[in-house]
This record gives sequence, structure tokens and C-alpha cells, in this order.
Amino acid sequence: MMAMSNKMPEQEPGEIEALLPWHAAGTLNAREARRVEEALARDPELARQYAVIREEYAETIALNESLGAPSSRAMQNLFAAIDAEPARKDTSTSVGLSARLTGFFGSLSPRTLMAGTAIGCLAIMLQAGVIGTVMMQREDGGFRPSAKEAAPSPAAPRADAARMAPAPPAPSAPSPMTRSLSSSPAASEPAAAAPAVAAAELATRLLIRFVPTARVSDITALLGAYQGTIVGNDKDGVFQIQFGRGVMTGDQLAGLIGRLENEKIVSMAVPAR
Amino acid sequence: MSATQATSDETLIRRIAQGDRLAMQVLYGRHHVRVFRFGLRLVRNEQIAEDLISEVFLDVWRQAGKFEGRSAVSTWLLAITRFKALSALRKRKDAELDDETAHAIADTSDDPEVVIQKKDKGDTLRRCLTSLSPEHREVVDLVYYHEKSVEDVAEIVGIPENTVKTRLFYARKKLADLLKAAGVERGWP
Repeated sequence: MMAMSNKMPEQEPGEIEALLPWHAAGTLNAREARRVEEALARDPELARQYAVIREEYAETIALNESLGAPSSRAMQNLFAAIDAEPARKDTSTSVGLSARLTGFFGSLSPRTLMAGTAIGCLAIMLQAGVIGTVMMQREDGGFRPSAKEAAPSPAAPRADAARMAPAPPAPSAPSPMTRSLSSSPAASEPAAAAPAVAAAELATRLLIRFVPTARVSDITALLGAYQGTIVGNDKDGVFQIQFGRGVMTGDQLAGLIGRLENEKIVSMAVPAR
Repeated sequence: MSATQATSDETLIRRIAQGDRLAMQVLYGRHHVRVFRFGLRLVRNEQIAEDLISEVFLDVWRQAGKFEGRSAVSTWLLAITRFKALSALRKRKDAELDDETAHAIADTSDDPEVVIQKKDKGDTLRRCLTSLSPEHREVVDLVYYHEKSVEDVAEIVGIPENTVKTRLFYARKKLADLLKAAGVERGWP
């Protein structure tokens, strides 16, 4: 066990031997401290040296503690020098978020502040419009074509359209009107869609011609399903029919025409004007 | 130094970096005595040591924003102190007296009979500690009094860790020689 302190050349400390001062000061990590403890338990010479080191340790502390403390002059000089330093932003006092915001807005010019306020209000109004549109479309139960969800339109036509949304006429009626209906081939038919797209808002009167085999009961059922009212009778068996009480957007009108043209008893459906 | 204390020191440094004068006072109160004693052991002049701590903490005030926290604040302070002390020593014409002083004490450290008469082994040990060369003194102080690890001492002094270990070993051997010359035999080496 003597090798622990003597295995190195005479002038060089052994690995454990070199760590003894730190072990005395308690600054070794747990693993190293355990190694040193084990070596001390095995090696009496190392233990003797460790006892000497503990004396040195104690006397070094005593020596340093006997040195006293600096006078207040050192502190005075220090803070005089600090005061002479260029001013720095002192954030020692706790600055809250509200105070910082107040400071920020306070630093803005009135014109900048007004412009910022106007932009903020506009943003809020736009946001409200988008939210309102989305909510209305949900209430519409899918009557409006999905492609137009992002294009808000006046509220009144939308309300009318909602009222006009017919229940699926059974059993001869086509499938329930859903968003997919708007993308049907009939809806995109140029003859119906082109004039509808051309006008932003059209009257909800259509010229409808029924097939010759259409019975009165079929016509009555269709008018009931679409909330239609015959308001006029043109030549050649063409009827002018009012759908709902308001006006529709072009897309709504095109969708309506497309659905009507899919009806078996309808041979023609065009805008009244 | 406890981990809590180290964390608090780092917080103080952050506040000092923002110009917080009160944080500076707290940090000064916490460390100025040890900084003073470390500096005094190096420069051996109270007046210079006091000037030294003013300069050290003024550096802290100026450089706090650059402190990266890779070592303890106390380690940083001691490293600054050492640098300032060596600069002060270089300015002194009599810096080389350290070694002469050591020899003088070894040579005139009274004769062993006198020391024995004093019956104060501790006093002799302290006087011999004072007689060590500056580079031996600083490593002894850093390890025993300032409780710095091998890594910390290496950082403060600017030498490899293995050199730190061997330097302290040789400092202890020198101390043993001085004690032996003073008539104190301790059984090592």
C-alpha cells in the first residue's frame, strides 16, 4: 500500500497524493473523495501526510483570517469611481409590463398613435366580418357554395337565402342540397352561370318552363319545395316565378337555376331579367 | 460556496450589468474581504491591496455584461484580483523581494531553540506560509482558504490542472523545508 504515495518518481506526487489538499478542503467530487478515502484507509504513510496537510489547511485559514479587512476607503473609492462612470440605464427597480407599455406608447407622436389606432380598429372590424361570415355560413346549412366562404356578401341576401333553402322534396326531388350541389355540372353550365356571374345581385324571379307532361300536383310540390310563387304567365307556357322575397347574389341564383334544371318537370329556367 | 450562493451571485451580476448600483453594493459586501485578503497575500501591502479591490470591483461594474457564468462569480473575482495584483507587482521595483524575504526568514528564522521556546508550532507554520513564493502562496491560499477546486485554480492562475496539482505539491515541500529549517519536524516528507 505504500505504493500509493511512492509509485511516482521521487519528485512527482502520486495521483491520490496530489489530491490530498483538495480532500482536506472538501472540494473533490464524490468519486474522487471516495478514492482518496479508500487510499487513506489502506496507506498509513498517506494518512500521515494527510494529517500534515490538515495542519497546513487550518493554519492557512488562520493566517488569512488574521489579515483583517479593508477600510471603508476602498468602498468609497469604488463607488466614487462608479458614479464617475458614464450613466447606464438602471433597471434595478422592477419595471412591469404595463409601465413598459405606457412608456412605449408615450414615446409615440400623436399622429403615429392615431394612425396606429385607426389600423387597429380596421383590423378588428375585418376580423369581426370574417367571423360573422363564417357563423352565417354554418347557419345556412351548406346552402352557399364552399368556394365563396371567403367572400363575404351582404347580410340581407344571405338571410333570404337561408329562408329559401328548401327541404329536400321527396321522393322525386334530387339529393339534399349541399355544398357539393353547387359544383354539379348544371351549376357550371355556361348558359346559366354566365349571366348570373355578370350581375352582382339579381332579382329572384325566374322564367320557368315546365315539361308538357308536368302535372299540377308536381308543379305545386316544386313551388312548395323551393318557396316559389307564380307571379306571371308569359307566352309559350313560360311562367315567371318569384323565389323567396328578396334578392339573391349571382352565385345563389346560378345555384338555384342549376337545381331547378335538374328537376324532371322543368325544361327551362332562366333569370327573368 | 453553496450552489444557492453562486446562483445569487449570478443574479447580482446580471443586475449589475443593467446598472444596478444596489446589486453592486451587495456583491461587494459579500466578497470584498476575501478579495482583499487574496490581493494582500499577493502584493503584501495593505494600501495597494485596498486600491486593488476598488479596481477589481470597478472592473466587475464595467464587465458584468460579459460575464458568461462558465465559472463561479468568486472564481471570476479572484482571477481579476490576481491579474490586478500581478500588474501592481510589476510596477513595484521591489517585487523581487518576495524570494529574498523567503530566504531571509529561512535563514534568520531564529534558531530552532527559539522556535521551540515559543512552543507555538502554529505560529511558525503561519510565518513559513507567509514566506512562500508568490506563486506558491497563491495556490495554497486558493485551495485551502478560498476552497477552489483544481479546475477553478487552473482557471484563475491560467495553468493546466496537472500543473496546479504539482505546484501545490512543491509548495508543500517548500513549506516543509522552511519548517525544518525553523526546527519544526512534522514527519513529512
